[in-house]
Amino acid sequence: MNILVCISHVPDTTSKINFTDGDAKFDSNGVQFVINPNDEFGLTRAMFFKEKQGATVTVVNVGGAETEPTLRKALAIGADSAIRVNAEATDGFFVAKQLAEVVKNGNYDLVIAGKESLDYNGGMVPGLLASFTGANFVNGCVSLEVEETNATAIREIDGGTETLTTSLPLIVGGQKGLVGESDLRIPNMRGIMMARKKPLTVVEAVAGEAQTKAVHFSKPIEKGACKVVAADNLDELISLLHNEAKVI
Amino acid sequence: MSVLIFAESNNGKFNKATLEIASYAKEVANMLGATVTAVAINANDTASISQYGVDKVLNVNNTSLEKFNAKAYASVVQQAVDKEEAKVIIFSSATDSKYIAALAAGNLSAGYVSNVVALPESTSPFTVKRTVFSNKAFSNTEISSDVKIIALAKNAFGLKENSVSTTEEAFEPTVNDADFATKVTAVDKATGVVTIADAEIVVSAGRGLKGPENWGMIEELASVLGAATACSKPVSDLGWRPHGEHVGQTGKPVAANLYIAIGISGAIQHLAGVSASKVKVVINTDAEAPFFNAADYGVVGDAFEVVPALIEKLKAFKAKNA
Ligand SMILES: Cc1cc2nc3c(=O)[nH]c(=O)nc-3n(C[C@H](O)[C@H](O)[C@H](O)COP(=O)(O)OP(=O)(O)OC[C@H]3O[C@@H](n4cnc5c(N)ncnc54)[C@H](O)[C@@H]3O)c2cc1C
Ligand SMILES: Nc1ncnc2c1ncn2[C@@H]1O[C@H](COP(=O)(O)O)[C@@H](O)[C@H]1O
Repeated sequence: MNILVCISHVPDTTSKINFTDGDAKFDSNGVQFVINPNDEFGLTRAMFFKEKQGATVTVVNVGGAETEPTLRKALAIGADSAIRVNAEATDGFFVAKQLAEVVKNGNYDLVIAGKESLDYNGGMVPGLLASFTGANFVNGCVSLEVEETNATAIREIDGGTETLTTSLPLIVGGQKGLVGESDLRIPNMRGIMMARKKPLTVVEAVAGEAQTKAVHFSKPIEKGACKVVAADNLDELISLLHNEAKVI
Repeated sequence: MSVLIFAESNNGKFNKATLEIASYAKEVANMLGATVTAVAINANDTASISQYGVDKVLNVNNTSLEKFNAKAYASVVQQAVDKEEAKVIIFSSATDSKYIAALAAGNLSAGYVSNVVALPESTSPFTVKRTVFSNKAFSNTEISSDVKIIALAKNAFGLKENSVSTTEEAFEPTVNDADFATKVTAVDKATGVVTIADAEIVVSAGRGLKGPENWGMIEELASVLGAATACSKPVSDLGWRPHGEHVGQTGKPVAANLYIAIGISGAIQHLAGVSASKVKVVINTDAEAPFFNAADYGVVGDAFEVVPALIEKLKAFKAKNA
């Protein structure tokens, strides 16, 4: 099985989010970047396929040279090779066009992306990619088994789960559940050494226009201080929720 | 010209998120001088939607579409867009709606913006405000394509009644066999409980509750409020509560009108997933717990005393205001 794992390079959740250029650009100063958590679950699932069923695992990112440490980390976790499409990830549409080209050239049977990324939270790249490639598609996937060309997946629905059968080629928008949290792997020294020798290919972007553009960023207005109500005055809390907040 | 909404339904009835996007679409249509058309699959619930400004419903009645199928549904939306020559398509943030929105965007070469929280700032250029960075910021995003797709964040707009007389039209899109390569074989869904996705109020509890045997009062509080129950990550990791209840960065997002956090410290990863909720209440013994910085209202106190007292007072309040 030939697997492609899409890796988005995102600020760690604990990062402070700031903007520059008159609030037109994200300020990456002092921000620590990580593999998007949903992608890390997907990558680990790919490792299981590799170890148990024999698969080749390629990781891909659409981004500038600054994302290479994130790809190297994925190689250190165990991916066989990496591809970086050298372009700024302007919007989900553009990214998915680039990924579609990578998929076409690489003959992948299974593409694992994340349900959504932690930065722009678009939740759109896997679906767009499925549309561009015509492959089968399971979103919000929390369990995936592949047997030859048949796949069984479980996805999260509002209020429960749904089991699906489908077939390769398949695109998955994955999340926690693909593997458990305790299955995630921290790269060890050997992995890090090996990652240095693994191929990281840089390819140029194909033509494709972004359809959306962030013109301005802002932060939520500072919320007023928390109104603290005494534990023996819960009538006050109910009155505030009813009359002031109007939520009950 | 019409603004098209995908009207998601459960067992033939439109869900609240659908009524919310109908309300929103009506105002977008007013801005554009257009009408609102809804495309509905196996739902015959026009009466509910006509209260929220939908001018026309395209009713698809097709037994092969009884079970959700993302590709087939996306194709139905695409055919409705073509038929109506719609330029703006609106989806809710319900799970199935978001699943097909991205597929439809690809099929239609449409610019797509999700997590939209307000009416368009302008319609030419078409600019909408959305949340980014796990609700830590907003982005005003311009959509430049001819056909535009947006997904409205849950509870971002609310319901606005706007009674109109709705025309119903039977719609028979072509259904492609190839779309059924992916098939639903089983559905496991709790019935009779409010889901986190649908809930306007969520009652959530953390490790401060000490053990699973203490959740009776949490469930009771939720039932008095008609709320869904949720929990922090360690609580589901410890097996005190099912995984589906875990909210936060690695769990489900909560965008409720009211989020009540009981015995939850307010770690950044927890807050990342619940900060889209409008009003937050914290109940915690520790006045220094970080949740107090994120909450609107707080009670410093022992959950084992505060929650039972709150239940009694709310029951009395509900009885009086019923
Ligand atoms: C990568 C990563 C992702 C994570 N994702 C999530 C996530 O999605 N969701 C999530 O929730 N966490 C997440 N976490 C964990 C998070 O950092 C916290 O550890 C967790 O939220 C703490 O849960 P808690 O508040 O229930 O427990 P604690 O931190 O143990 O807090 C318990 C609170 O209860 C209070 N308390 C004790 N007794 C009482 C009483 N009798 N009455 C009232 N209050 C009482 C205490 O004062 C304390 O504030 C993540 C962590 C990491 C590293
Ligand atoms: N620039 C990128 N390069 C590679 N994969 C990406 C990129 N952006 C998004 N993805 C993939 O698409 C998923 C969903 O991203 P998004 O649609 O941005 O929320 C991510 O979890 C990644 O798997």
